Amino acid sequence: MSALSISDLRVEFSGSQILKGVSFDVRANSVTALLGRNGVGKSSTLKAILGIYPHAGKVELGGEDISREQTYRIVQKGIGYIPEDREIFASLSVKENLSLAELDDAPNYELAYSLFPELKERANQRAGTLSGGQQQMVAIARALLNKSQILLVDEPTKGLAPRLVTEVADALARVATETTMLIVEQNLALVRRIAKDIVVMDQGTVVFSGGIENLNDDDFVHRHLGVSVKGH
Amino acid sequence: MDTFILIGITGIGLGALYFLVACGLSLIYGLMGVLNFAHGAFLSVGAFAGYWFAVKLFPVTTNLSFALSIIVGGIAGGLFALLVEQLVIKRLYNRHIDQALVTVGVSLVAAAMLGGWFGHDPLLLPTPTWWYNAIQIGEAFIPVDRLLYIGVSLIMLILFVVILRFTRIGLVIRAGVENRTMVQALGINVKLAFSTVFFLGGLAAGVGGVLIAGYSGGVSPYFSGTWLIYGFIVVVVGGMGSLGGSALAALLIGISRQYVNYYAPGLGDFVVVILLALVLIFRPQGLLGKVSH
Repeated sequence: MSALSISDLRVEFSGSQILKGVSFDVRANSVTALLGRNGVGKSSTLKAILGIYPHAGKVELGGEDISREQTYRIVQKGIGYIPEDREIFASLSVKENLSLAELDDAPNYELAYSLFPELKERANQRAGTLSGGQQQMVAIARALLNKSQILLVDEPTKGLAPRLVTEVADALARVATETTMLIVEQNLALVRRIAKDIVVMDQGTVVFSGGIENLNDDDFVHRHLGVSVKGH
Repeated sequence: MDTFILIGITGIGLGALYFLVACGLSLIYGLMGVLNFAHGAFLSVGAFAGYWFAVKLFPVTTNLSFALSIIVGGIAGGLFALLVEQLVIKRLYNRHIDQALVTVGVSLVAAAMLGGWFGHDPLLLPTPTWWYNAIQIGEAFIPVDRLLYIGVSLIMLILFVVILRFTRIGLVIRAGVENRTMVQALGINVKLAFSTVFFLGGLAAGVGGVLIAGYSGGVSPYFSGTWLIYGFIVVVVGGMGSLGGSALAALLIGISRQYVNYYAPGLGDFVVVILLALVLIFRPQGLLGKVSH
């Protein structure tokens, strides 16, 4: 069963087509990785699903059409979002960043703090003074406070030091066991670790959908992602 | 020395009035990106509502009637701001040129309607007998009304700080000033925050309108024009969306304008423009504003 179904999603800015009819499904209780070279429209797809970018086409969440809903309603219906570049609120404290994200009556701080105990210690610190890795922890933690039907995760390890990449990857792997996820990620090791399905995009459209095992094929990876399996 | 103190305190009083005009403008622009030229109309509506309340309901002006007229002016300004937001601006978010044009239109229409109802001549706001008194501070005799402006502005500043720091809607507003899109991506209806900010901005402007009517000797449909210009200058100098920045810039501009006008007559406005230019050149985000992203 599909947790999320995307049909003919199109996004256009100033006459330039960013997404040209993207269609794919995300299986429930599974992790799907959205892959492709830089600039092919992966992040735009996530933003269109969330209604941040104006779009045409259909987005169904658990069978319900959410294409015309406003962003905050889409999130309230059960789509969590971890954005590229963290987008935490720099002038707010860590605690305020988290409490802002509370939607459920009983937000799951236990999960957030068990994954990132550091955040509890730094609750009163201004988020803008945190390191990049700590800011990413805030971005992930706030998305985990509420029970989501699906989590959209945009390049969670981008720009992080190797030690932090491991920490963030461990956290996402743990979350992936309980939550449906659509993840955009360049780190193929992380993708192989947590994803079961992949969707490959090129020039604003989907060029492949299939199982994770395809990432073991060097020719496939080189052709679609421009890298070698050995290097990743 | 007494003159120096007198000018300093009257400058702070003037700055307090600038702050009442500017704080709403700053939050409205900071959160919503709305360059709100209708803000002067909030000031006028508040002033006329306060005037009407004081004249029609209280034949004799008392401390209570004056205090109530300030409150009524504030509420009228807030409700009018909310009305403008709901009827006009709500439909034009992210359409900045349309917003500017429409809010200019609202200010013109409001002034014409107020003129139709109240006439175009300045109307003297009834004030208590102590309004024209002075109290001695050191060797200086300070007009009491200046202290009232300072006191009311402090109350409004504290009210705003409490709302912004200690309430959920305040948290949403502070986050929204930084990144409105991400607030929505957290499942929050940011439009509720928009309406709250409009009401609070209108409230401060309405209160300011009543006090400015007392300060400037009367209220007329177009009396808010100059004050709105100073409000915009305060917002730019202080930093868009920064309440503290508005308070600091309002004081700086009020005090420097008063001192310069006394020691170099006629050059007060010139100094304000120089200050504005310096900020735009060397710190375009304003004194306490953040670099936009």
